[in-house]
Amino acid sequence: MRLEPRQVLAADGTVIDRREPDVSIVAARYAAMTEARLYDRKASALQRQGRLATYAPYEGQEASQVGAVAPLAAEDWLVASYRDAAAMRFHGYPWKNLLLTRMGDERGGRPPEGVNATPPSITVGGHMIHAVGIAWAEKIKGTRAVALTMFGDGATSEGDFHEAMNFAGVYRTPTVFFCQNNGWAISMPRSRQTASRTIAQKAGAYGLPGVLVDGNDVLAVEEVVAEAVERARAGEGATLIEALTYRVRGHTTADDHQRYRAREEAAGWLGKDPLERVRLWLERLGAWDEALQSEIESEASRRIEAAVAEAEAVESLSAGEIFDAMYEDPTGPLVAQRRLAERSARWA
Amino acid sequence: MGVMTLAQALNSALDVALDDPRVVLMGEDIGKTGGVFRITDGLQRKHGSQRVVDTPVAESGIVGAAFGMAIAGLRPIVEIQFMGFSYPAYDQVISHVARIRSRSRHRFTAPMVIRLPYGAGIGASEHHSESTEAIYTHVPGLKVVVASTPENAKGLLLAAVEDPDPVIFLEPIRAYRAARGEVPDGRYLTPIGAGMLEQRGSDISLISYGAMMRETTEAARRLAGEGVSVEVIDLRSLVPLDADMVVASVEKTGRAVVIHEAPLTGGYAAEIVALIQERALYSLRAPVRRVTGWDVTVPLRLAERHYLPSASRIMSAARSVLET
Repeated sequence: MRLEPRQVLAADGTVIDRREPDVSIVAARYAAMTEARLYDRKASALQRQGRLATYAPYEGQEASQVGAVAPLAAEDWLVASYRDAAAMRFHGYPWKNLLLTRMGDERGGRPPEGVNATPPSITVGGHMIHAVGIAWAEKIKGTRAVALTMFGDGATSEGDFHEAMNFAGVYRTPTVFFCQNNGWAISMPRSRQTASRTIAQKAGAYGLPGVLVDGNDVLAVEEVVAEAVERARAGEGATLIEALTYRVRGHTTADDHQRYRAREEAAGWLGKDPLERVRLWLERLGAWDEALQSEIESEASRRIEAAVAEAEAVESLSAGEIFDAMYEDPTGPLVAQRRLAERSARWA
Repeated sequence: MGVMTLAQALNSALDVALDDPRVVLMGEDIGKTGGVFRITDGLQRKHGSQRVVDTPVAESGIVGAAFGMAIAGLRPIVEIQFMGFSYPAYDQVISHVARIRSRSRHRFTAPMVIRLPYGAGIGASEHHSESTEAIYTHVPGLKVVVASTPENAKGLLLAAVEDPDPVIFLEPIRAYRAARGEVPDGRYLTPIGAGMLEQRGSDISLISYGAMMRETTEAARRLAGEGVSVEVIDLRSLVPLDADMVVASVEKTGRAVVIHEAPLTGGYAAEIVALIQERALYSLRAPVRRVTGWDVTVPLRLAERHYLPSASRIMSAARSVLET
């Protein structure tokens, strides 16, 4: 088991021990990570203004999220959790939908046809096995599609993590398990989740390869995920990837992380910022300047603001409409209850 | 058409269901062994181990993986060995299976069947005699059906497989081999949401489902010998419920007893009684009575006979209702 995390770009933006990456790809990832960070800050601000309900910020994890989905094809599945808005967005799940869910509208959970991403899982850990079942189904159907599931270090303590890894091992399903080990599960540090030295090494017990990667290094993340996707497509089964990263903000906008961790810890991680190292590398190659930065930011902001406007223009579900998605055809009691709910909404 | 046991009828239904390439059977020991009750006997040999899948001992994993398959377009049918072993999977059922349609406003659905052998009366070990259907009927987004005869077992199971929504399918363990009857060949559907008027009568309605239909019809037979005209309803489908059938019956008879083997408190009979008082109160000539299992853990083999409602208990409740 390799215990050193895979790296391509060091925190200072220098390439580690290999040939230089392709500038156009790096520039694209940088633009995506920039958009991801702007969205995260926008969503947090909207929450403070009372325009979103609770929000789970992912600042610091942009490289993990953008890198994890970069190797996926459109027909591949993403089964992610509530902190993975950036990964979902870059697999085709619109910002508008992600915002709608956070505003408290179920229609956010309905991405456009053709987007193979399930709505974010709110329960911790229950969704990993879904990516096993989805991948298994694709295998039975004889397609080339794989399923990638994203979860945090805390989720690996759930029993369902074990069952998911075990099924994936036994049936060699084309699944990629992508753990963002961001150090914290609300107030509990990684050291209190497991006595195991790494999460990646748990893969061995299921007969699967486990890979450690610098989760703040978008190129390294993309590389290890691409390898795992290739293995899955080739019929060689699942892989567990542990991306080492850091949750810079609180668990959610309702959390005060200064109650349980020292400021210095976050400060140390800020020096390993996933965007800065890419920017430094691009700048050194003459592929970045302030003008380009403004251009990237204004493009991204324009898309995010448009999504906010679209989401905020959606009328909330009516009293009757809350009954419309329980079954394909509403049952008798639902039809009767719908009438009552509509009537009491008129009286209210 | 042929005479089959309820177990054979289910096997026939699964065999027919597997004609659909989207159908996959999953469960513990369902392959070579044919399942602990042999319901899937011979199906792996016929349809292959890709379609009739022996799984690790992990109910949450089985249901969660089947849920993923359903999202991706398959029609999985899960066998849990006993209803009492379904609780590790309850989180998957309540948190995901039941609500992916509402969570995604129809974009993703979970058309799948979870088969749960249920009920007491076979002298099994602890956890093997459960009848906890009320923990499923309480969850919006699920359908819950209960087979009682070979004929409806096959028809309901095939309807459950075709249903666009998840179906919890209860199989009465003690009727697996005890219940025998004519079963049509090939594919036919017994509609989910429709009760069965087993017997027409005018003095009292006996309302039950599943394994207790045997004691209920026995009580009806003996009451008829006393000159009572008994109407017997087999609900078959708890969610959605054939409320109109129940209401029409009680409007006619004015008297009812509701029977199930699950414990009394919070049991499904309470739902039926509530329905009757909401929609047929002024037809009632006596309070509705419930005959159910007691609010105790199902006793083990030697004391089990004290638990299950008997035909005599049903008759005595019926008589007290008739005398009011």
